[in-house]
Amino acid sequence: MTTIVAHTTWMTGRQLRAVARQPAYLVIMLIQPVIWLFLFGSLFRKVVELPGFGTASYLDYLVPGVVIMSALSASMWSGMTVLEEIDRGIMDRFLVLPLHRSAIINASAVMQSLIIAVQSIIIVLLGWVGGAHYPGGIAGLVVLIVTSVLVAIVFSAFSNTVGMLARQRETIIGINSFLLLPLTFLSTAFMAATLMPHWMRVVANCNPLNWALEAGRSAMSANPDWARVAVQGGGLAVLAIAVTALSVLMFRAYQKSV
Amino acid sequence: MTTEIAASAPARAAAGAALAIEAHDLVKTYPKEVRALDGLSFAVPAGTVFALLGPNGAGKSTAVKILTTLAQADSGTARVAGLDVRAKPARVRHLIGVVAQLSGADPAATGRENVMLSGRIQGLRGRDLARRTDELLGRFGLADAAGRRVRAYSGGMRRRLDAAMGLVNRPEVLFLDEPTAGLDPESRSAMWEEIGRLAAAEGLTILLTTHYLEEADHLASRLAIVDRGRVVVTGTPDELKGELRGDAVHLELASDTARDHALAALARVPGVRETRVEGTSLSTRADEGATALPAVLAALEGAGVTVRAATVARPSLDDVYLRYSGRRFTEADQSAITPATSGGPK
Repeated sequence: MTTIVAHTTWMTGRQLRAVARQPAYLVIMLIQPVIWLFLFGSLFRKVVELPGFGTASYLDYLVPGVVIMSALSASMWSGMTVLEEIDRGIMDRFLVLPLHRSAIINASAVMQSLIIAVQSIIIVLLGWVGGAHYPGGIAGLVVLIVTSVLVAIVFSAFSNTVGMLARQRETIIGINSFLLLPLTFLSTAFMAATLMPHWMRVVANCNPLNWALEAGRSAMSANPDWARVAVQGGGLAVLAIAVTALSVLMFRAYQKSV
Repeated sequence: MTTEIAASAPARAAAGAALAIEAHDLVKTYPKEVRALDGLSFAVPAGTVFALLGPNGAGKSTAVKILTTLAQADSGTARVAGLDVRAKPARVRHLIGVVAQLSGADPAATGRENVMLSGRIQGLRGRDLARRTDELLGRFGLADAAGRRVRAYSGGMRRRLDAAMGLVNRPEVLFLDEPTAGLDPESRSAMWEEIGRLAAAEGLTILLTTHYLEEADHLASRLAIVDRGRVVVTGTPDELKGELRGDAVHLELASDTARDHALAALARVPGVRETRVEGTSLSTRADEGATALPAVLAALEGAGVTVRAATVARPSLDDVYLRYSGRRFTEADQSAITPATSGGPK
């Protein structure tokens, strides 16, 4: 057990160092949520005046939306790294070392979780600076950050699976561009469910992004419905485990194909 | 350096007759019906340098992947450092070092970080790890570049870093898969020198794959010629060339009028055959060229034929390959269907 922890730590450290040495990546990761916050914040400011929206400040409503959307758009490229490491022979180099096999998959999940947690905290702070209110206090924010991490685990594991299965970048790029906007807009990221057409509400209920948003928003409200938070957060956790298991299976298949 | 290896190898083989690598009847088929290995067998005595020589697509890399626990054979058995690679992959990984065809170094990390990570995974810690890392970086001429990111390394530097990473755990068996492919001649001879030094100084077993005939000839004390997934012949480079029965003996005669005298004189020398004379140039074959030469010279002198110069040429491994596979090495290399057969699926 201690071996897994040690190996995962080293492999995560390796990836974090690589990210830290790409200042451009870090800057983009910070600037993009700012753009979303202030772009959507200005564009949709008046929608809260629509009857039935249910919130007084659109910024309050928007912060969880940007947190979850950013978690999705940052983590869904994880498979590109896996692909690059396979193509460069880095993966095979680690496989001939006495490295605990699961450390390779774990490191990807741990790194994504850390990056997304930091990103989510920064967005929450930016929102607060911009005047957003968080009536649910720390507990609500913790739930939001945890659900954003679960979203990252789901979609990075999915991306890793696609990467190992298809073995080409174009597939990941295609699937990501196809998924990002529909997943975001078929959820309550920017628009309250009460104002959606009926069919869209039905679709949104099946969208894991929406589970994260509903759980996060409910926990952040003045009167959280903890049972609902548990069900939706739990569903997301189960999905995260399932997709991770799928990526592990795909990793085994890769090892067999070498 | 060849003599160094040749001189020390028998001593070590005598000290420990154990086999460092045993591959028995390995078969591996990739999807799409590519039969990469078709009953490959060979054995490598501990402490020797052994080469798998063959054209692209012969199955050398697949053999290395199986022996280094990266891939599993469909059938057949393989033991490395006395351990079955299928039954004890984790223990085998502690005892081997691998320098694969693709670099495998993380370009975003520095040279030192790459070596240290490999060392950590191999179980080195603290001061021992730092000392071993510095020692290897120094030995491979990377001390000054150790703190730079691998992204900025040249091809030759990356190759040397790969070797440093592969040696960090002081392996018993080192696998070098095409160690000099794509290197310029200068880097190649530097790498040869280092491989020779490793074999002599650390007493480790080296399995190298190569499709350069002169590389196998230069570095290996024994080699196996691999063709279409099977070993077609095994032996020392000299044995294999000796089996061709005959070195080429070339003589330069003083005048072109002594043709018949020369032919008649050489017909009486035992072990000499296929004599041809064109102008002043005489060529013949002898079982042991160096031994036959004095007799040849004496016979010619007796017949009154003056010789200006003499050379004895050993047959090349290319001749050996031609004999066992029925095609010339370079033809096989070019006709190899890449990439499907060159190193498994990409």
